[in-house]
Amino acid sequence: MRALLLRDLKLALRAGGGFGLGLAFFLIVTVLVPFSVGPQSELLSRIAPGILWLGALLACLLSLDRLLALDWEDGTLDLMATAPLPLEAVVTIKALAHWITTSLPLVLAAPVLAVLLNLPGQGFLWLVVSLLLGTPALSVIGTFGAALTVGLKRGGLLMSLLVLPLYVPTLIFGAEAARRGAEGMAVETPLLMLAGISAASLALLPFASAAVLRVNLR
Amino acid sequence: MSIWEYANPKKFLTTSERVLPALWVTAAVLTCAGLVWGFFFTPDDYRQGSTVKIIFLHVPSALIAINAWFMMLVASLIWVVRRHHVSALAARAAAPVGVVMTLIALVTGALWGQPMWGTWWVWDPRLTSFLVLFLFYLGYIALWEAIEDPDTAADLTSILCLVGSVFAVLSRYAVNFWNQGLHQGASLSLDKEENVADAFSNPLYVCMIGFGLMFLALVLYRTGTEIRARRIRALMLRERMDA
Repeated sequence: MRALLLRDLKLALRAGGGFGLGLAFFLIVTVLVPFSVGPQSELLSRIAPGILWLGALLACLLSLDRLLALDWEDGTLDLMATAPLPLEAVVTIKALAHWITTSLPLVLAAPVLAVLLNLPGQGFLWLVVSLLLGTPALSVIGTFGAALTVGLKRGGLLMSLLVLPLYVPTLIFGAEAARRGAEGMAVETPLLMLAGISAASLALLPFASAAVLRVNLR
Repeated sequence: MSIWEYANPKKFLTTSERVLPALWVTAAVLTCAGLVWGFFFTPDDYRQGSTVKIIFLHVPSALIAINAWFMMLVASLIWVVRRHHVSALAARAAAPVGVVMTLIALVTGALWGQPMWGTWWVWDPRLTSFLVLFLFYLGYIALWEAIEDPDTAADLTSILCLVGSVFAVLSRYAVNFWNQGLHQGASLSLDKEENVADAFSNPLYVCMIGFGLMFLALVLYRTGTEIRARRIRALMLRERMDA
C-alpha cells in the first residue's frame, strides 16, 4: 500500500503539469473573480469564502481526469486489480494520493489567496479547517466519478456532469462553515456535517468505486 | 407463478402489450378529465386568483419526478442483485420520463412563481433540490448513452443510481440547512387538518392518479422499445460475425 502511494506521489511530482496545474487554476479563478464582479473590497470579503471553496472544488475536478486514465491506458490498472491488494484499497490509496497532491496544496494556498479576496481576519482559520475537513470527500467522490468514466474515450466532460451534483452537499456545508467563520458566527454545525460527509464518503464510496472499476476492467 | 416470471423479456412483452392499450386509455381519460375539471370547473382562489390552477400540472409532475427516481433505484437494485435485464432496461426507460417531469415541475413552478412571489426563481430548498435532481437525471442519462456495451452500461448506471440516491437525499437536507424557503409545505397529507380545500383536492387526486398511470404506461412502452432495440443489436452483431 505504501509503495503504491509513494509511486503515485512520485509520478505526480515528476510528470509535471498535474501537480501545479490545480494550484495555478485555483490562482486563476481567484484572480478572475474581482475582474468579473468588481474590485469593491467589502463585496469581495463577503463572497470570498464561497469563491475560495468553489475555486478549490473546480481545481480538484480538473485533476480527476488523470487520476485513473493514465494507469488505464498503459495497463497498470489491470495489474493492480490482479495484485493481492483488494481493489477497494487501491482506489482508497489513489484517492489519498489525489488528496495529497491536489487538495492539500489547495488548502495551504487558500489563506494566501484569501488575502487577495480581502477575507476578514477571523475567517482564515475556519476556511482552512473547512477545506481540510471537506476536501477528502471531494477526492473520494471524484475517484468514484473517475472510475465510472475510465473506459470512455471522452470521459472528462461526462465525469464533471456526474461528479458535480454529488459535490453539492459538500460545497454547501463547506462554504457555509467558511462563511460563518468569516462573519464570526458559530461554525460547529456545518463543520460537523462536513466531517460527517467526508467520513461517510470515505467509508462507503471506495466499495462503489471498486465495484465500478471491476465492471470497467471486465 | 411469481413476479419474477415477468423478468423474462418475452413474457414481459406479451403481458405488457396486452395491458398497455387499456392503460393508455385510462391514463389519458383520467389525466384529461382531471386537468379539464381542475382548469375549468374549480373556483378561483380568493387570494391567488386563477393562477392556483397550475397545481394540477405542477404537483403531479413533481410527484412523478421524485418517484421516477425512486423506481429507478428499485429497478437498479433488482438488476444488481438478481440481474434481470428487463429491470435494468426499465430503469433506463424511466429516466427520460423523469427528467421531463422534473422540467415540467420546474417550469410550471417558475410560471406560477412569477405572479405570486414576484420572481421566476429563488434559491429555495425545494426549488434548488429539484434543480439538483434534474442534474442527477442528466448525468444518469448521459452515462447510459456514453457506454456501448449494454451490460456494462447497466452495471455502471445502477451503481451511479444507488450512490446518486444517497447524495440526492443528502442534498435535499443540505439545501434545507443552507437556505430557509419560500415554497409552502406539503399541501396534501392524510393525517393533517389543514389540507387544500376539497374543491381543489378532488381534481388534484384525479390528476395525480392520471399522471401515475401515464408514467406507468410510458415506462412499460419504453421498456418494450428498449428490449426490441437490444434484440436488434444482438441480431446485427450476429450478422456482422457471420459476414
